[in-house]
Formats: sequence, structure tokens, C-alpha cells
Amino acid sequence: MPLLQITDLHASADEKEILKGISLTVNAGEVHAIMGPNGSGKSTLAQVLAGHPAYDVTSGTATLEGEDLLDMEAEERAWAGVFLAFQYPVEIPGVTNAYFLRMAFNEIRKARGLDELDPMDFLDILEEKLRVVQWGPEIMERAVNFGFSGGEKKRNEILQMAVLEPKLAILDETDSGLDIDALRIVSDGVNALRRPDRAIILVTHYQRLLDFIVPDFVHVLAGGKIVKSGGKELALELEAKGYEWLTGVAEGAAV
Amino acid sequence: MTTVAPIAPTEQPGVAAFAALAAHAEGPEWLMARRAAAAAHFAEVGVPSSRNEEWRFTPVSGIATTAWTAPGVSPAVSAEEVAALRLSEGPLAVLIDGRFAPDLSALPAEIGAKSLQAAIDSGDAVVRQYLGTVAPPEMTPFSALSLATFTDGVVLHIAANTTLDAPLEIMHLTTSAADGALVAPRVLVTAGQNARGAVVEQFVSLADTLHFSNAVTELVLGEESWVEHIRVQREGERAWHIGFTHADQARASHYRGFALSLGAKLCRHNIHARLGGEQVETLMYGLYLTRNEQLADTHSAIFHDQPNSNSWEVYKGVLADKSRAVFNGKVFVQPIAQKTDAKQTNRNLLLSDTARVDTKPQLEIFADDVKCTHGATVGRLNDEQRYYLQTRGIGGRTAQELLIWAFAAEVLTEVTVSRIRAGIETIVRVRLDEMLG
Ligand SMILES: Nc1ncnc2c1ncn2[C@@H]1O[C@H](COP(=O)(O)OP(=O)(O)OP(=O)(O)O)[C@@H](O)[C@H]1O
Ligand SMILES: [Mg+2]
Repeated sequence: MPLLQITDLHASADEKEILKGISLTVNAGEVHAIMGPNGSGKSTLAQVLAGHPAYDVTSGTATLEGEDLLDMEAEERAWAGVFLAFQYPVEIPGVTNAYFLRMAFNEIRKARGLDELDPMDFLDILEEKLRVVQWGPEIMERAVNFGFSGGEKKRNEILQMAVLEPKLAILDETDSGLDIDALRIVSDGVNALRRPDRAIILVTHYQRLLDFIVPDFVHVLAGGKIVKSGGKELALELEAKGYEWLTGVAEGAAV
Repeated sequence: MTTVAPIAPTEQPGVAAFAALAAHAEGPEWLMARRAAAAAHFAEVGVPSSRNEEWRFTPVSGIATTAWTAPGVSPAVSAEEVAALRLSEGPLAVLIDGRFAPDLSALPAEIGAKSLQAAIDSGDAVVRQYLGTVAPPEMTPFSALSLATFTDGVVLHIAANTTLDAPLEIMHLTTSAADGALVAPRVLVTAGQNARGAVVEQFVSLADTLHFSNAVTELVLGEESWVEHIRVQREGERAWHIGFTHADQARASHYRGFALSLGAKLCRHNIHARLGGEQVETLMYGLYLTRNEQLADTHSAIFHDQPNSNSWEVYKGVLADKSRAVFNGKVFVQPIAQKTDAKQTNRNLLLSDTARVDTKPQLEIFADDVKCTHGATVGRLNDEQRYYLQTRGIGGRTAQELLIWAFAAEVLTEVTVSRIRAGIETIVRVRLDEMLG
């Protein structure tokens, strides 16, 4: 059974159809890259999978290990093992990163029938995960994403992913806004999380990321549909030729 | 400062009742003169109507139409009951239905606290100097009423160059004997030059009575003194609660006020600070939590009378059901008060469609070289934040509680005494939990 199975998925927001029939199979252990012009629906797909209430799924299915994802609340999807690294991470003033991460970690454990970890035990896990993103402990006392630089926010998403250990991680432009050192740290972090029982979907505009995190498959999303799928060479081809040859229209006007 | 459009006193059974209560007031000659003047002033202005701008959103006519009595004989209150309600462990003054309870109180002689009555009886010159002059009766109708009718209270003098080791806790408890009664305690705190100390006042109903608490707290901060004043109002939801806190600050003094309001049917708290010297610092923090048909009204007034002083004010509110909140923040900067730095913030979080907030900054600035800012917001829980938490496995009520807590925590962390802060946090958590139903 595939880890994620999306079949003819249609979704809209404000009565406007954005996803126009997406089918995608992702098996455990695979890394898929999704590329495509601005406004083509990449973030929408990511958010629909994560359970954003702004989107209505009008037809189609999405299952995680055979379970209907679309029927679950967003938190239930997290409990089931879905993780979305946001293109625009949300600031939560007044809640420290440490408190937030421990709460998220424990809520997921609780939902899976496991014991909650007390702050001391959690600290051990946290220290290990902080190393994944090469961060010191200072960041943990700051409010979640509050006043973080763009790059820090992205790195914080990877830290969360490392702590929550999802089965399916969807990274929406986690590479955007990162300097070259941060890009390497984030990529190393993601590679460290590659495992046979885990799949990763990378949404990105840049081949550069795919030099660091080499995908098994590359898909092009345009106008709400996957218009082309291929191996890692496809990304190089896109880098050279743009999207026009696939969509027939200029980038940006694809919707 | 208050212009009152009085209801003719004859229309107010409450006013006649108050006059009768005032007639029973006792004290030495100097006090009786002040009481009489206050009573006369109150008889003139009466209970404010909604035509009075200061009371526009806060209907208190119910106070005027009730023939309040004096509290009856209070039932016994056990030390255990009091202990369970405490926020601190140090010195304690307990007032039951506005009357000092020596058996329940613990005021070691060296801390300089005693009952107001005892201080008056002993001819305390400091009390004579300040009682009813820090918060002058003309300030609000109810401060006049307080001076005319107060029964007892607490006095704390922190001597110059001394530090109060543990905060003084003042418990204003009402019992079944307060039903239909006016409960009128007064507190006077004076801090000598370079003195330091914290006072926490709690207002708690032991029985769910319909009473009227009219409480006044006067604080006199000497030069370079540091005073933290924490006020926790958690009376029963049938009560009327009118509070008035006024701090007079001398040069280089530091006043830090924190007010939590979650009780009473209607609570009005006037909190005033007069910055009467240079290098004064005034911090006012507050949190109100309202539910059902409660109304919480905060009227703050910060008087920048001298140059080079700072005031910083943050009040937050969380409102559920059909409850209401009123916030009015006055800042007066006198022409001489150059280099004033004043910042005021009021933020409100509505948990229901039927809750309502009327918030209004009122800055009157007569100096030109100042930095004065204000900001007020009324909003709901942020859906994007909620969703973000959900995607991390933090769903439903847990997410809601976390976000509300994050909102409220900003002011709670400003309580510097950690034990008291922890106690207040528990009170707030319990109430928020109830508010979410
Ligand atoms: N909540 C929403 N309400 C209305 N329209 C939306 C909403 N979310 C997305 N859209 C629209 O759907 C289209 C696809 O948006 P989406 O964010 O999925 O694009 P994207 O492929 O991620 O683009 P980019 O590469 O710029 O991040 C856009 O036209 C966008 O304006
Ligand atoms: Mg996007």
C-alpha cells in the first residue's frame, strides 16, 4: 500500500477551483519534488493535505496508509503522521518554542496512546534535534516564530519536523529565503530524516535544493494539474527551459 | 475632573440609605470633618447616570435604587478558609464584610501594618495627613461615598530605607452577612524614602450575595521608593464592585500596579497615578476576564505633572458570552512635563459574537517634547494560528486554551512576586477553563 495516494483531487477556495484533478502516488522511502509556476496550486495541494479549512475538496480522494485523510481534522492528520513545513510559518507571540514543541510532541504521543514526556526527558530529545538544525538552546525560549528572520522561520519548521518525526513530510518552499549556509543546514537536516518508512514531498522553485536533497521523482504542477512527471533529470530540464514548453503559456499566467 | 449630571438625590433611595450609613460613621474631629464634607459632596452629585461621560457604558443606576444597609453580624470564618484563598505566605490582614478581623490577621509589629481603625484611634499622624487626601473625595462620586461611609481598613507604613521582606496580603472577604449591604473598606499604604514593598489585595465573596463593595486604596510613594500593588477582584457574580486605587508618586519612585478582575456583576476600577516628581516610573498592568452578563470597566488616569518621567500601561481582556468591558485610559501631560514617555495599550480578545468592548484612549498633552503612544485592539482568536497549532497536533480546545493563555500571559508575567504570580495564574487558568465551557 502506498504511503500517500491522491486520486483525481479537485479543490477550491472561495468558489474558485484551484486543484483540477491531481493524482499522485508516494511510497514510503521516496522523495518527490513538486515544481511549477507561481500560483499553480502547489501550496494549495500542500494545505489541502494538511487540512486547511479554507479549501473545499469538491471531488477525489487522498489516503495515508489507506486511511481517508480528507475526513480528518488537521490535528488528526498530524497524529496520523502528516507534517507540513509552511511556506509562510505563523508567528505565535506569547508561546515559547520550547513549550510549543513539547506540547505538540506530547499531544501526538497522547493521540497514539503513549505516555507524555516530562520537560526533563523532552529536553534530551530536543538537544539531539537542535543539533540536526545546528542551533543552540537560546532559540527555545523565544516565542514561536515571533520576530524570527525568514531563514530562522524555515529552520524552525525543520526543527519541528525533526522533533515530531512524521511519516509524510511536505516541505513548502523551505529553501526560499535561505542563505547558502542555511540551505545546507536545512538540506542536511532533511537528509538526516530520510528513512525507508518516511516519505518527503518537496515543493520548490529551485534546482539548487535538489542538488542537496536528491529526489526520486519530480512533478510539474501547472494550472492545478500535474502536467509532467519524471526523474531528477526533469528538474534540470526545467531549470534550462522554464515551464513554457509544458504549459503552452508564459509563467505566471498559467492558472 | 468629573462633571456629573446628578439625578436629584430624592429620586435615589440609595442616596438616602448612604446618608443614613454616613450618619453612623465615627471618628475623631478631623476625620468627622472630612467625612461630613465627603458626604455633602456625594449628596450633591449622587450616583452617576449614563449621561455622565465617565459612566456612559457602565450603568450603575442599580446602586442608586437599592436601599443598602450596613452588613449584619458576620458568621465565623475559619483560618483554613482564609488560608485556602491566600496568594502569599507573609503578613496578613483580613477584613470580613469591611471589618477588621484581628483573630484571622497576622501583622507582626515590625512590618508597620495595622487596622485603619486602630491607626486612627492611636492618633497616627500619617493617616491624618493622607486619609482621603490622596484620593480626594471629588475624584469620583464613589470616593466621596467611601470617605463618608468606610467602616475600617488597613494601614501600612513602610519606613524610609526599609524593605518589606514579604508582601502584605489584604483579604477583603464578604460573607452571607453582606447581603444587601454596603461594604466599604479603605487601605492606605505609605512608603518612605527609598522604601520597598509589595501589597496584594484580594476581594473574595464567601457567599454569593448581592452586595456593594466600594473599596478605596491610597498609596503614597516617597522619593526613590518601590511599591508593587496587586489587586485581585474575584467577588461573586451578583455583586457590585467599585474600586478606586490612587498612587501619589514622589521623585524617582517606582509604582507597579497589577489588577486582575474576574468577579462581580459589574466591576468598575479607577486606577490613578500622579507622577509628582522627576524620574518617576509608573507601570500599570491589568487583566479582566468576563463571562455571562458581567461588565468590567477600567478607567485609568496617569497624571504627568513633572518632566522626565515614564508611564507604561498594558491592560488586556478576554470576554465570553454576553459580557462587556470598558476601558478608558487617560494620560494628562502638563506643560511643564517635558520628556514624558507614556505608552498605553489595551487589547481585547472576544470569545463570542455577543461580547462587546468599548475602549477609548484619552490623551491630553500640553507639553511639546514628549513621547506618548496608545493602541487599542478588539479581536478574536486568530484562525491561522489555530490552524498552525492543529497541523502540529495541538487541536480543538487545547489550541484555544494555549492561544488565550499566550494572550493573557504577557501581563501575568509582570507580577514580580513569583509565588503570587503562580497563584494568579492558577486563578486565571481555572476561570478560562470555565469560560470555554
Ligand atoms: N485561500 C484562498 N482563497 C482564494 N484564493 C486562493 C486561496 N489560496 C490560494 N488561492 C489562489 O489559488 C492559486 C494557487 O495558489 P497557491 O498558493 O497554491 O500557488 P503556489 O503554486 O503555491 O504559488 P507560489 O509558487 O507563488 O507559492 C492562486 O491564484 C491563489 O491566489
Ligand atoms: Mg506556494
